[in-house]
Amino acid sequence: MTSDASPSINGAARVTTGKVRPHQTQNESLVFEKSSPGKRGYKLPPLDVPAIDIKALLGSAAREMPAALPELSEIEIIRHFTRLSTWNYAIDLGMYPLGSCTMKYNPRVNEFVARIEGLADAHPYRPDSLAQGALEVIDLLQRCLIEITGMDAITLQPAAGAHGEFTGILLVRAWHESNGNARRKIIIPDSAHGTNPATAAICGYTVENLKSNADGGIDLDALERQVDDETAALMLTNPSTLGVFENQIHKIADILHAKGALLYMDGANMNALVGKVRPGDFGVDVMHLNLHKTFSTPHGGGGPGSGPVACKAFLEPFLPTPVLVRREIEVNSPAPESWETVGDDQPAPLFRAPVAEPNSAEDPRKEHVTLCWDYDRPKSVGRVRAFYGNTGMFIRALAYILANGPDGLRQTTEDAVLNANYIRAKLEDLYELPYKTPSMHEVVFSDKRQAALGVKTGDIAKRLIDYGFHPYTVSFPLIVHGALMIEPTESESLEELDLFISAMRSIAKEVEESPDLVKSAPHSTRVSRLDEVQAARKPILRWRG
Amino acid sequence: MPYPANYRYTREHEWIELNGSVGTVGITDYAQNSLGDIVYVDVPKVGDTVTANATFGSVESVKAVSDLYSPVSGTVTATNEELKTAPDKINENAHGTWIIKVELSNPAEFNALLDAAAYESFISEETNS
Amino acid sequence: MRYLPKSPDERKKMLAEIGAKSIDDLFAIIPEEYRLTGDLNVPRQHAESEIIDYFRAAGDMNATGYTSFLGAGAYRHYRPVVIDALVQRGEFLTSYTPYQAEITQGTLQAIFEFQSMIAELTGMDVANASMYDGSTGAAEAVMMAVRVTGRHKAVAARTVHPEYREVLATYAKHQGIENIPFGYDRETGRVDLAALDAAITSETAAVLVQSPNFFGVVEDIPAIAAIAHAKGALLIVSIAEAVSLGTVRPPVEADIVTMEAQSFGVALSYGGPFCGVIAAKEQYLRQMPGRLVGQTVDGNGYRGFVLTLATREQHIRREKATSNICTNQALVALMATIFLTVYGKEGIRELAEHNMAKASYAAKTLSAAPGAKLLFDKAPRFHEFVLKTDEAPAVWNKRLMNSNIVGGIDLSRWYPEMEHATLWCATEVMTRENIDKAASVLAAAPVEA
Repeated sequence: MTSDASPSINGAARVTTGKVRPHQTQNESLVFEKSSPGKRGYKLPPLDVPAIDIKALLGSAAREMPAALPELSEIEIIRHFTRLSTWNYAIDLGMYPLGSCTMKYNPRVNEFVARIEGLADAHPYRPDSLAQGALEVIDLLQRCLIEITGMDAITLQPAAGAHGEFTGILLVRAWHESNGNARRKIIIPDSAHGTNPATAAICGYTVENLKSNADGGIDLDALERQVDDETAALMLTNPSTLGVFENQIHKIADILHAKGALLYMDGANMNALVGKVRPGDFGVDVMHLNLHKTFSTPHGGGGPGSGPVACKAFLEPFLPTPVLVRREIEVNSPAPESWETVGDDQPAPLFRAPVAEPNSAEDPRKEHVTLCWDYDRPKSVGRVRAFYGNTGMFIRALAYILANGPDGLRQTTEDAVLNANYIRAKLEDLYELPYKTPSMHEVVFSDKRQAALGVKTGDIAKRLIDYGFHPYTVSFPLIVHGALMIEPTESESLEELDLFISAMRSIAKEVEESPDLVKSAPHSTRVSRLDEVQAARKPILRWRG
Repeated sequence: MPYPANYRYTREHEWIELNGSVGTVGITDYAQNSLGDIVYVDVPKVGDTVTANATFGSVESVKAVSDLYSPVSGTVTATNEELKTAPDKINENAHGTWIIKVELSNPAEFNALLDAAAYESFISEETNS
Repeated sequence: MRYLPKSPDERKKMLAEIGAKSIDDLFAIIPEEYRLTGDLNVPRQHAESEIIDYFRAAGDMNATGYTSFLGAGAYRHYRPVVIDALVQRGEFLTSYTPYQAEITQGTLQAIFEFQSMIAELTGMDVANASMYDGSTGAAEAVMMAVRVTGRHKAVAARTVHPEYREVLATYAKHQGIENIPFGYDRETGRVDLAALDAAITSETAAVLVQSPNFFGVVEDIPAIAAIAHAKGALLIVSIAEAVSLGTVRPPVEADIVTMEAQSFGVALSYGGPFCGVIAAKEQYLRQMPGRLVGQTVDGNGYRGFVLTLATREQHIRREKATSNICTNQALVALMATIFLTVYGKEGIRELAEHNMAKASYAAKTLSAAPGAKLLFDKAPRFHEFVLKTDEAPAVWNKRLMNSNIVGGIDLSRWYPEMEHATLWCATEVMTRENIDKAASVLAAAPVEA
C-alpha cells in the first residue's frame, strides 16, 4: 500500500482502508460545446414516398429556426456519455447504503428480458388479442404481489412510489365518500417520508402530525386520542424509517378501524418483510410497493420507478381504470395451488392462456382473448396516468421474483436484515444509536458524538466517498438529529460489509484526530463540494449558445 | 449584532419598526444566522392584507424553508425589490434589510410585541434549551 | 440463490458477531401470529435460461411481425442502438438520484443537457429533469398554473389526449380545481376559438391544449394564446409527439409546455416507462414541480452541477410542496438526451420531415380506399390523420388484421360523435410497401353498403 508521509490534509486524505485507489477520469465538456455544424451521428434510409414541402403543409405553423441541438459523430457520442458515466458511483461499483432507497443489485437478465421483441415494441393500444403476452406478464406479477403483500387486489398503474401513495389515498378517500363522508384529515408520524404529507395534501386532506414515542414508534395513547371520526387514515411506514418493526401494529389497526379510519402502509421498507410477514395479515388496508426498491428494477439515476398499490377487497371497486380481468375462455389450467409441481411432477406452467404457435393455422393471437382491460368501473377513482403503468418495470420485477422463488425471496429478506444488524453490532460502540429497538433492514445512528467535535453527519457521509462508498442517507428521518441512515441490502458480501465498517471506524477516529480532514471531504473526487448557494441564488438551468 | 431598541420583535424572529402608522418588517440576525445562506425570499404583493401571527411569506436557504410571520395586521404597502436579486443582503445586515412595509390596521398590536431586551432573553433561552 | 453473496458459514459467523442464535432472533420483534411459517405461493426459483424462455414465449404471444398504424400518444420510432449500449452502463443504470453531487456528476451533467435540449426544442426558458409521463405532466402543469395565478379553474380542449384529460380530472378533483372541457371545430379538427373564448372567465387559471392534437392536427397556438392571455389565464401546451418539434413551430406563446418525450428513443413497452417533462417561462420557475439541475462551481472553481431549488420539493416542504413527486424518469430522460444528440440540429428536422411524408402518403393512399374519407383535410397535420369509413372500424380492422396489419384506433371510444372514424399514424419506420399493402387489402374487400 502506498502511503504519504505528509501530514497535510491532501496527504492524509489518500490514506484510506484498502478499497480504493485514485485513478484518472477524462474531462468532458457539455455536449453542446463539442458540436460543430455538419457533423452527423445518424443516417435515415432513403425516403420511399414522395417528399413533402413542410411550409406548404404546415403554413405558419412550420418551424422557422431549428432547435440548437448539438451536432456530433457517433464515436463522440459514445465517448461523451461514457465519460460522463465514469463520474458516477453506482451499485455495480460497490455498496450504496442509501437508507430508505434499497439500493440492491439490479440483475442483468431483467434488462435482457425487458428488451425482448414483442414486449419492448408492444403498442399500448394494440387490441387485447394481440397483447396476451404482455397481459399474462402483468397478470402473473399482480398475482405474485398480491400473495407477497397478503392483500386482495392490486393496480400496477402508478409510475412511482409517491404516485402510488397518491393512488392509495385516493382509494381511501373514495371509500369514505361512498360511505357518505370523505373525512378531513390524514395522520402522519413525524418519522415519515416527505412524500406522505405532500400526498395527503394533494388529495385534499389536512395533515396531522403524530409524535413518535420514546422508541421512535407509534405512541398508541397519542394515536387513540388523535383518531376521530374525521380521520380518513394513518399513513404508516412499517418497518418505520428507523428500520424498526411496529410490533403493536395490530393495535394500531384496531384503533383506526374502531373509528372507521383506514391503515395505509408506505411499502418503502418492504425489503424487510417479503416472505417473512405480510401487511395484509397484520391489518393494513391499502399500501404501495416500490418495484425499484424491493423488486430490483434499476434506479437509473433517479427513475423510472413503479409504485403498485395493493388493497383489501372492499377497496377494489375504486381501483384506477382500467383493471385487468380474465375472461374464462379456454384457459389452459386454473391457478395452481402450488407453483412447485402439478400432477405428475410436471413444473407448474407460468402461462394460464394457450401459448401461441406463431403462424400456426389457428393462431390464438387473433381470436382467443382471455385477459383484457375492463374500463367499466363506475366507482373507480379514475385514471392516474395514461395507459397501464410502467410495463417495462413489471417485466423486470417479475424476472426478479422468478429468479428468487419463495425460498430466495425469504433468504433475501433474511440477508438484508442480517447485514443491517451486523453493521449495527460493529459500529454501535463508535456511533450513537438513538433508538435501541431491534433493527430490521436498516440502522439509524446519530452524529451526536461526532457533532460534539464539530463534525456532522453530512461530513462523515462525504468522507465515506474517499473510502470508495456511496454515502448513507443523511439527516433523515427528521426525528433523529443528525441521522446516519444505513441500509446495506442483501446484496453486500461479508467482505464489502467489513470494508464499510472499517471505513466508518476509521472516519470516527479521524473525527477525533483530524476533524478538518473529514469536514473538507471529499478529497478524491473530480469536483470538491459544490457551491449550492450560488446555484440556488442565481439559477443556471440550461446551456445557452 | 445589536438588537435596535426602537424595534419590536416576535417569537418567530421577525422585527418591526414603526414610522407613524407604517411598520417596516424584517427578520432578526438570530433568524438569518440559524437559516444560513438565504437564497430566496417569497413576499406578498403590495395591497395584500397580512394578519398578526399569520404567515405572509417565506425565506429559503438551500435546504430549508422558514415561514415568515407577520408581527401586525394590516395592508402591504411596499416590498423590498432588492431581495429578488440579492437575498444575501439579509445575511449581511438583517436589521437593516427590510422585507415588507405594512400599514397597520390595529396599532395596539405593535405594543404587545417583545422589546429588544425581552427578545434577547427569549433567544438566549431558546439557544440554551 | 444466485444474487446473494454469502455462504452458509458466513451467515453463521455474522449471527455470532451480532450475538443472535439464529436468524429468527432478528425477526423476533414481529408478533408471532403474523410470521409466515410456510412458503409464499409464488413460482419456484427459475434458472436464468428459463426466465428468458418464459418472457420470449410471452413476447411471442404478443403480436410480432404485424404492421401497425397505431399512434395516439405512443409512437414507434427507430431507436439508435447507441442508446441501449449507453444506458445499460452500470454507472447510469445502477445509480440513484444525484443527491451526492461529487459522485454523480455524470447523471447531473446529462440531466442538465436534457433540460437544455428540451428548452431549445420547446422555446421555453427552463425545463425540469422529467416527470412520470405526458399525462401526469399535463396535470402537474395545471396545478402549477393554479399556484401561479391563484385562480381555481382550468379549461381543457377536447382535442387533448383523452387519457391525459382523465388523469387531469383525477388530479383536479380533490384540489378544488374546476375542470371544464371545450370543443373543436368539426371541419378543421382544431380548437374552436369561440368556444374557448366563451369557456374562459376571470377565474380561469389555465387553458390546456395539445399540439399536434389528438387528431394529429397542429393547433393555432398564437391565436389560442391571445385569447387565454386576454383574460389573464396561462396557456399550457401539451405535446404528445415530441418529434413534431423538428418541423412544427415551438409554442413560444405558451406559459408552460408539457411534453411526452417517449418518441425520443424510448421503447413503446406497452405504455411505459415513458418520460414526461415540464418546461416554462422563467418567471414561473419557483412553482415548477420536479427536480432541477443547475450549474455551479466547486471550491477550486471547476464547473459542476447540483440538484437545486430543492425547497420546492416534498422532502423539504412536505405538505406545502409544489408536488409529491420524488422519483423521476432519469434513465428515460437519458435515452432522450442520447437520441437528440444522435439526430442533432439537422437530424431532428429531417426525421420529422420523413414522418410527415409517410403520413401524408398514407393518408392519401388509405383515404382512396372504397368508402373511406380523410377528415380535417384542410388543417395542418403532423403524422396522424383521421379516416371516416362507411363501415364500422371493427369490420375494416378485422380485414386488415387477417393480413397482419393493425389498423387505426376507433375514435368513438372517446368521441361518441365520431362514428366510424379511426385515428391512424405513420412514422418514419412505416414503409411504402406496407401502406400499399394495407390499401390493397381495403380496396380488394367488398364494401357492404
